[in-house]
Amino acid sequence: MAGKTCGQILYGQAMIRPDLLLHPTPKGLYCPPGDFYIDPVRGSVDRAVVTHGHADHARSGHGAVLATPETLAIMDARYGEDFTANRQPIEYGETVEINGVTVWMSPAGHVLGSAQVVVEWKGLRMVCTGDYKRRRDPTCRQFEPVPDTHVFISEATFGLPVFKHPDTDGEIRKLLDSVALFPDRTHLVGVYALGKAQRVIKLLREAGYNETLYIHGALEKLCQLYEDHGVALGPLETATLDTKERGAQERFRGKIVLGPPSSFHDKWGRRFPDPLPCFASGWMSVRQRAKQSGVELPLIISDHADWDELTDTVREVNPEELWITHGREDALVRWAELEGRKARPLRLVGYEDESID
Amino acid sequence: MQAFSDLLERLILTASRNTKVELMVNYFRQTPDPARGWTLAVLTGELDIPGVKGGSIRRLAEDRVDPELFRMSYDYVGDLAETVSLIWPSRRGANRIPPMEDVIEALLGATRPEGERLVAGWLDMLEPPQRWALIKMVTGGLRIGVSARLTKVALAEMGGVEPAEIEEIWHGLAPPNESLFAWLDGDAEKPSPDIKAPFRPVMLAHPLVTKDKRDDPDAIDPAMIDPSIFAAEWKYDGIRVQAVSERGVRRIYTRTGDDISHTFPDVLAAMDFEAAIDGELLIRAPNGEVAPFNELQQRLNRKTVTRKQMEARPAMIRAYDILVEGGEDLRTLPFSERRKRLETFVERTGSDRIDLSPLVPVTSLDALEAARNDPPAPEIEGLMLKRWDSVYEAGRPTGPWWKWKRDPFLVDAVMMYAQRGHGRRSSFHSDFTFGVWREGEDGEDELTPVGKAYFGFTDEELKQLDKFVRENTVDRFGPVRAVTANKEKGLVLEVAFEGLQRSPRHKSGLAMRFPRVNRIRWDKPSAEADRLETLEKMLPADPLFGKSSPA
Ligand SMILES: [Zn+2]
Ligand SMILES: [Zn+2]
Repeated sequence: MAGKTCGQILYGQAMIRPDLLLHPTPKGLYCPPGDFYIDPVRGSVDRAVVTHGHADHARSGHGAVLATPETLAIMDARYGEDFTANRQPIEYGETVEINGVTVWMSPAGHVLGSAQVVVEWKGLRMVCTGDYKRRRDPTCRQFEPVPDTHVFISEATFGLPVFKHPDTDGEIRKLLDSVALFPDRTHLVGVYALGKAQRVIKLLREAGYNETLYIHGALEKLCQLYEDHGVALGPLETATLDTKERGAQERFRGKIVLGPPSSFHDKWGRRFPDPLPCFASGWMSVRQRAKQSGVELPLIISDHADWDELTDTVREVNPEELWITHGREDALVRWAELEGRKARPLRLVGYEDESID
Repeated sequence: MQAFSDLLERLILTASRNTKVELMVNYFRQTPDPARGWTLAVLTGELDIPGVKGGSIRRLAEDRVDPELFRMSYDYVGDLAETVSLIWPSRRGANRIPPMEDVIEALLGATRPEGERLVAGWLDMLEPPQRWALIKMVTGGLRIGVSARLTKVALAEMGGVEPAEIEEIWHGLAPPNESLFAWLDGDAEKPSPDIKAPFRPVMLAHPLVTKDKRDDPDAIDPAMIDPSIFAAEWKYDGIRVQAVSERGVRRIYTRTGDDISHTFPDVLAAMDFEAAIDGELLIRAPNGEVAPFNELQQRLNRKTVTRKQMEARPAMIRAYDILVEGGEDLRTLPFSERRKRLETFVERTGSDRIDLSPLVPVTSLDALEAARNDPPAPEIEGLMLKRWDSVYEAGRPTGPWWKWKRDPFLVDAVMMYAQRGHGRRSSFHSDFTFGVWREGEDGEDELTPVGKAYFGFTDEELKQLDKFVRENTVDRFGPVRAVTANKEKGLVLEVAFEGLQRSPRHKSGLAMRFPRVNRIRWDKPSAEADRLETLEKMLPADPLFGKSSPA
C-alpha cells in the first residue's frame, strides 16, 4: 500500500511525482510515459483515451482511440466510421498496457459507455472521472469508485454548494402533472441528444407513460443506438410536420416532444401549438437561469454529479490528492482546503458546461 | 407552504398574463381558508412581517455554510433568497412542511430574535423551492411579475364579478380575507366593510385616434365628435389619483386602487376637506410650473420619503373631477354640475397643493386639433374630451370621455441589437435596441443606442423582423444578438415615442417615453436614418432642474 509524503507519492523505494504520469497541457490531460491524451480538446493527437461520447470530450480525427465499445459506437454514429484510423475497444475492468502504463476503465454513470480512466504506473494510481454522476440511471452502468486511488481527477460542472439536484422521479412527476394540467399544450422538453434524451424517455416509461413520444430528428440515431444496446425506449416517432397539410400540428396538443434545446427557437420548435417550454438540466435548479432562457417548466435532471455527490465521492475515494478538470473548480478547492485535503485546479479549457442555446 | 411555493414558482416562470390569472384562480379555488387568504396578502404586498429581513437571512446562512463558499455561490446565482434556499444544509429526517397559516401566524406574533429562530427551523425542514417561497414571503418584494391589480383580476374571475367590485371593498378587508372568499365562492353576501375614505372605482377614457392608426381597434374618427357637447381639458403626464378625505381619514389612491398615501405626506397634509376628488398627481417645479415626469418618478416606489425629497420635489394634485363632497355622492350628476362644484371646492380649499385643471375653450374641432399638438407645456400628453352630460361611471365606457393624445414624436433609427421576447413570443426576437447616428471620437459617424422597443408591430411583421435578425446576426452575448448596422446595411425602424428627457444614465444622454415601432422602413437606406442632433432638438426647452442636464 502506498504511503505519502508532502506532494509526492511514495511507492516502495521510488518517489514518483504524479505530474510525471499525467499533467495538463493545452491539448488536454497528457500522459508522457504512455504518450497518450485523455479526452484531448484541441487538434488531433496520435493516441487518445476517451471517457465518453459527448462532443467536447470525444472529438474526431485522432490517430487511435481507446474507449469502451459503446463510446466507439457513439463516435461512429456522430462522426461517421472514419472518425479514427484505429479503434481500440476496451471493456470495463479489462486492462491494456501502453508503453508500460496500465490503463483500464471503470463505469462513470454519466451516459451509455461512459467511463473513468484508471492510469497506473510504477505503483501510482490516478483516476480521471471524465463526467460522472452517482444517481441511478436506467440507461447506463452505475458509477463504480476505484479503491486505492492516489490522485482523483474529478469534474466539477456543478461544483458549488447551491447545486443539490432533487430526486429525479419527482421531476418526472412534475412533467407528467403539467401534461395533465395543460392538456391542450405541447410540452417541448429540451434534452441533450446523447444521454439526457434517452434517460428522460426511459424514466417516463418507468413512471408509466406509455404514449408515443415525439422526438426531433437530431435524437433519432442515438435513440436507435441505445435501443441496439438493449435500452428499450418504447414507442417513439419523429416529430416531423408537413406544413402544407393544414392542422397537422394539432395532433401534438397534449403530447410530449423532445428535442435539443437550441431547436426550440428555430423553425422546428415554433410550429407546435401553444408550446410549453421545459428543459431537463442540472442548471434548472437556478430559477433565474430558467427564467432568462424562457423555460416555463424547469426539470432538474442532471447527468453530472451535484455538490453532495462530488464531495461525498471525494470522501469515499479518499485520494491523496484531488485534481479538478473543469467546471467551478474554485469552490471545490475551497471545500477541500476546509477538509484538510490537498487539491489542485487544472483549469483545462475546452470542455463545455451543459449550456443553454 | 407546498401549494404556495408551487404557485410562486409557476408564476415567476410564466410570461403570459392569462396563464398567470389561470394559475391564481386554480390556486384560490383549491386552497382552503385561511391559507389562501394569507397568500392573497403576500401577493398583493399587504403582509408586512417585521423583524426578519434579507440581512438576517444571510447571517443565518453564513452561520451554517462557509462564508467564502456562500460568497462564490451568491456571485453565481445573483439572488439572495435563491442562494440561501439552495445552499441551506438539509437536516435529514426533519422534513415536514408546515401549513402556511402556522408560519404566518407564528411570525406575526414573534420578536425579531424569535422570528429568526423560527425561520431557521423551517428552513431546516423544507426543500429548496419551499425555502425560497418562505424567504420571499418573509422578506417581502416577491418580484414575480404579478401586480396587486392582476391578483384582483384573478379574484374577480374566480367569483364571476367585476374587478371594480373587489377594488371597492378592498381597503375594508383584512387578511386572511375569509369574508371575501366566502363571497367569491358564492357562500355569502358581498362583504360590506365599514371603510373610511374608501376608493371609488375610476372612470377611464378610450383613446381617440384616426382610423388609419392600427394599434387600437376601438379607434374612432375625431370627425365623429360633436365639439359643442364636449368640454376639453389638458391631460397631464403625472399619475392619475383619487384623493379622499372623509371622517378624519385621508387617503391617496392610484387609479387601480393602490393606496400610496405614505409616499405623499405633503399632499396628505393639505387634504383638509371632506370629499373625494379625481386628479393628476404632479410635482411642482421651482418656477411654479409642472415638472417633468421623471421628477415624479423620483418620489414613487419609496417606502419612506425624506423632508429633503419633499422640499426638492413638492407634490400637488391638479383636480379634474369631484366624486363626493360632504358625504354627498356626486357621481350621478352630469359633468357640467360636478365641474361647478369642483371649481367652488378648489377655491374654498385654498391650498397651493390642490389646484384646478383649466378648461380648454372648445370653438371647433380644428381648434382642438391645433391645441392638442401644441400644448402650453411639454408635460401635457394631449387633451381629455368629456361630454358635459356624462355621469361618473366606473370602468371605460365608450362615448362619454375620450383622450386625444398629441401626435407622437417620430424618428428614423437603425436596429442595433435584438433579444428574444417572453412567453408567446419567446421563439422570436422581439425586443429591439435602436440607435441614431452621431459623430464618433474618431470623426467617423457611429450609431449610438437611444432606446428599446418591443411592441408596435403586427405578428406578421414580427416574423419578418425575427427573420432579419437571424439572417444578419454578427455577434451574440447571451440572449442578445448584435445585427448588421452600418452605413451600407441596416434596418431602419420608424420609432414613435411620447416624450424625451435628458438622462445621464443612458449612453446617448436621452431617454424616451413609451417608444414603439411605428413602421418598418425596409425601403430606407440606413445611412439616411436620423442623427442625434435631430433628437436633441426635440428636447423640451431648458431643463427646470439642474440635475437633469447632461452629465
Ligand atoms: Zn459529458
Ligand atoms: Zn464535461
